[in-house]
Amino acid sequence: MEVGQMQRRLVEFTKSLFVEGFLDGQFLQLQQLQDDSNPDFVVEVVSLFFQDSEKLLNDLTSALEQQDVDFKKVDAHVHQLKGSSSSIGAQRVKNACVVFRSFCEEQNLQECMRCLQLVKQEFYLAKNKFETLFTMEQQIVAAGGSIPATEITSF
Amino acid sequence: MARNGVISWRRRSSDQFDGSDLSPCGSEEVHVLAVDDSLVDRKVIERLLKISSCKVTAVDSGIRALQFLGLDEEKTAGDFNGLKVDLIITDYCMPGMTGYELLKKIKESSTLREIPVVIMSSENVLARIDRCLEEGAEDFIVKPVKLSDVKRLRDFMTRDVGDRVRSDGGGTTHKRKLQESSDVSSCSPSISSASSSSSSSQPTTPSRSPSPSVSLSEPSSPSPSPSPRSTGPRSPSSLESPTRRLKMSSCCD
Repeated sequence: MEVGQMQRRLVEFTKSLFVEGFLDGQFLQLQQLQDDSNPDFVVEVVSLFFQDSEKLLNDLTSALEQQDVDFKKVDAHVHQLKGSSSSIGAQRVKNACVVFRSFCEEQNLQECMRCLQLVKQEFYLAKNKFETLFTMEQQIVAAGGSIPATEITSF
Repeated sequence: MARNGVISWRRRSSDQFDGSDLSPCGSEEVHVLAVDDSLVDRKVIERLLKISSCKVTAVDSGIRALQFLGLDEEKTAGDFNGLKVDLIITDYCMPGMTGYELLKKIKESSTLREIPVVIMSSENVLARIDRCLEEGAEDFIVKPVKLSDVKRLRDFMTRDVGDRVRSDGGGTTHKRKLQESSDVSSCSPSISSASSSSSSSQPTTPSRSPSPSVSLSEPSSPSPSPSPRSTGPRSPSSLESPTRRLKMSSCCD
């Protein structure tokens, strides 16, 4: 595949992530923070998010398995996850967290467990999408091309 | 990718003060202390500030922030630690000491109270915003923090630092003046990258440029409560009623 084609594929793929709600405007903000002096900024922050949040998800799982579930603690974890997913523009993960928090408030264990499953699902889906995105970028750079800037005119 | 004229202008002026950014006077470079318990958020805010030509020190708690500022439990804030802090930007929700508690400690200190403090929060709760502003916060930013938020702070800070360098104790007066003129600000939609450059064409007050969607139905409660529906405006002026401001911003969409 030649560079131009790879670049077009990347643009299409990126657009689809916005259209499907995986990414929101905050991701564009992150991209603006990347430049020649910090060429890997986006990959670094996103990777940090996935590493950090993996732990959070484990903590959440065990918190919900306790005899006496501490919903305040669960909520605190979800709040954290909501915050960091929002900071990287991972919209669907963030939205799943918002719903999760409302059930924490209600102290509804069954719904909380369902929400945890949904959050995990969105988390791994997002991880997958980001990995694809970064791989595509790497391939373009390896082939000597440059990453086209994301231009979102309307969505 | 610092894109616009404001940022490159800042870089040119700080070039004149080569290597002197540790001295309290004579340097245009703004030193910001960022406080956030989230690793991801710290990384992002640090980059946002650096790309806006600020020196950054990022810490993960209120306690560490106070330690850095020389205001420990053990000792009184005698002499400043030498690295002058021009702005403190802190997350609201943190374990241990909240951003609000940190704000109070800073405003209670005779040596530190002049330092402007900005609060960040993912929750757009009016009662929280009001409480922070009443306690002396300069501004309140709803997370996630954007480049336009930092640019707005940066513009405000540079003018303020300049004033402080020029005249002793002139900071307070200057701030009051800024607050008075922060009435109807231009509304800048936040998602499209093109618009943020147009909103920073003049150094404005810490004026709270709201983002498109506004929620007027915030529950007013003393304890922090999640507000799932709001994506909310940025930061309100302390002089106007928040409701009135919100109404203005919604019609300027």
